[in-house]
Amino acid sequence: MEKRNLTESQKGSLNTILKINASGALKQRLLSFGIIKGAQVELLEYSPTKSTVEIRVGKMSIALRHEEAELIEVQ
Amino acid sequence: MQENISKNSENTQQNSLEMSCPALAQHIKIALVGQPNVGKSMLVNAIASSHLHVGNFTGVTVEKSEVFFEYNNFHFTVVDLPGTYMFSDYTIEERVTHNYLCDETYDLILNVVDSTNLEKNFQLTTELMSMSKKMVLALNMSDEAKKENIEINVEYLSELLGVKAVKVSAAAKTGLETLLNTLIETYTQDYIPAKLIFSEAVEEEIENISDYLTRHKFEANISNRDIAINLLQKEKKTYRTLHDNPIWTELQPFLIEADHHIELHHDSEDIKEIFAEEYFAFNTGVLKEVVCYAHDDKTDKKVKKSVTQKIDSILIHPIFGIPIFLFFMWSLFQLTFEIGSIPMDWIDGFFSWFGEAIGDTISNDNIRSLVVDGIISGVGAVVLFIPNIIILFIGIALLESTGYMSRVAFLLDGFFHKFGLHGQSFIPLVTGFGCSIPAYMSARILKNERDRLLTLFIIGFMSCGARLPVYVLFAGAFFSSSVAGNVLFGIYLTGAVLGLLAAKLLKLTVFQGEDEPFVMEMPKYRMPSVKLIWHTVRTKTWMYLKKAGTFIAAASMLIWFLSTYPHHEIQAEFSANEIAQYQLEHSYLGEIGKFSEPFFAPLGFDWKMSVALQTGLAAKEVVVSTLGVLYSLGADVDETNCSLSTVISKEISFASAVSFIVVMMIYLPCLAASIVFTREAGGIKYFFALFAFTSIVAYVLAFIAYRVALLF
Repeated sequence: MEKRNLTESQKGSLNTILKINASGALKQRLLSFGIIKGAQVELLEYSPTKSTVEIRVGKMSIALRHEEAELIEVQ
Repeated sequence: MQENISKNSENTQQNSLEMSCPALAQHIKIALVGQPNVGKSMLVNAIASSHLHVGNFTGVTVEKSEVFFEYNNFHFTVVDLPGTYMFSDYTIEERVTHNYLCDETYDLILNVVDSTNLEKNFQLTTELMSMSKKMVLALNMSDEAKKENIEINVEYLSELLGVKAVKVSAAAKTGLETLLNTLIETYTQDYIPAKLIFSEAVEEEIENISDYLTRHKFEANISNRDIAINLLQKEKKTYRTLHDNPIWTELQPFLIEADHHIELHHDSEDIKEIFAEEYFAFNTGVLKEVVCYAHDDKTDKKVKKSVTQKIDSILIHPIFGIPIFLFFMWSLFQLTFEIGSIPMDWIDGFFSWFGEAIGDTISNDNIRSLVVDGIISGVGAVVLFIPNIIILFIGIALLESTGYMSRVAFLLDGFFHKFGLHGQSFIPLVTGFGCSIPAYMSARILKNERDRLLTLFIIGFMSCGARLPVYVLFAGAFFSSSVAGNVLFGIYLTGAVLGLLAAKLLKLTVFQGEDEPFVMEMPKYRMPSVKLIWHTVRTKTWMYLKKAGTFIAAASMLIWFLSTYPHHEIQAEFSANEIAQYQLEHSYLGEIGKFSEPFFAPLGFDWKMSVALQTGLAAKEVVVSTLGVLYSLGADVDETNCSLSTVISKEISFASAVSFIVVMMIYLPCLAASIVFTREAGGIKYFFALFAFTSIVAYVLAFIAYRVALLF
């Protein structure tokens, strides 16, 4: 499967995290929520203006902004 | 089970025991740690049957709190630390917890995890295991896990981790005694290192470093393996200690090489990320061994959505989500007015009867006036709004405890972001509708200093529960009861919109800068516990009543005094009402009001309203009681059944009322809230900034509102 960022993945399909292209505080924040290389992630829902997305890692639902989700590479 | 929660009695008991028989005085100090929203506070509540504040969104325990109790001759001190996902020192809570665990003395760590979500919770657990401390693992919500068909082999888990694990449920109160016994057992036994296993590359380097330390006969109170792990994790304290040791010069090249090796292996230079991946791999391995999902049929699970997902598909629907949210809020304010007004008539009736009954027993005119016109009408005016307050608090408690609050943050982040606010600002802002004080405190969930300050500045725009009486009073005075609920909703909504505009203004001028990432957990929906909501509402209502009985009673007496003295001799040819009117206008309070009247005149306030507004700086409840005292003294007392709201509709023009409401919505919060604001913002200069900002905005907007309302 080819590489793409999380927002390009299909709603409801499971993807494996390849890389997190963030640094500093945002990277720490993502890591602390279990958004770690090798973890399974699923895109659940968009907010009304698509500015926020809801994803699921393991059993936890997490909300994050569209531009932050773009930094997560999945396959 | 013997329990003793009081700190004082616990201490004295301990002292006396220590004096008589030191061997008996066993004191166990427990650091309670866990990720947010796993039920830490609820677990302490269940064990100690104390009452800490519990909610279903992150950041409820913002400050550590201690609970004391006794069990089997052991004295327990449980330090409930703020929830933290991992030790990144990213938020205030994480720093509080991390600093406590590293620097304070305690006997053991009690790590609470959510049994239904071990993968995520174990990220912190493994990090705690590397701290070389005695530790017990509480698998909380085991009843929920059972419902979801998750089976956990506790014995095997304890064996694999080298940490004793106990299944508990704070909600169902199961396993609590086993947990306490395990804590005592772990406390009395010697420390057994936890079994953390890393990847080959990391293990190799750990061995290299610890071998080196052993060869050089380095000894510390933790094992050399643990020192090696700390060094590789770049733990600051370990570095500081070793830095002062002569072996450092030789150790340093070792460490540099080890880092290179590990970084190469993980294809990353971020040591936090590397260890997060290490822990993640270890946890996945352990959990695969010990957790069994009874319904392992994957296709079946795919089709069957969880309850939370089903609810979410409606509540955070891209189109319906926001209208549903607005509908909820609108219903809350409708209920506040509609249901709240039913018992209000009874309370009103009770207080006028009570005032008359008491008045008849007092022969001295001055004392009777003090008691009836001062205390009873002042306190009565405030107590009158108890039903409204209760409904509002129930609504906010429901938002908090069900988990809906986070969904709203998700829905609104895009919108909030446009105004320079963070989606998570929503939580302190909604809390602000209840009371500004907890709102200021919960703003701590915002990590970014600018975001936090900005939120602190606009929390005041969210009208707190104490301002509700003023709105209810005026809405009831000028509108029929069928539209009053809508008016109330409109007032709150206008306040919130003004707050957003103010945020944008401040963001563009004072708080410029980079935006903060928005990454937030959406907790599972939980049925709100009736007991919990009852407890929250009861405490808050009781606080309100207590304030009415003490602070507001005192303020009412003061206002009564200021409005009754000095006495003037007036000729008998005037009617009683005219005399009262003259007396009031020439009292101390009348003088203050007259003095400040020119300043408030452009806003359409008479001197009574000016005074009420100024007394509101002490507490917003006092505004209504001041109006109550001022208008009950000066009004036509002959007229029967003359409630405050009818007096107000007669004596105050509609335009003045609108302008008064605008000022009430915006101007400085009460004294107590101002103090908390100053503390949270971090300096008195912020208080002056808030004072100037809110006063100017309030004055300008009230002026505009007054002029516009005059046109109608």
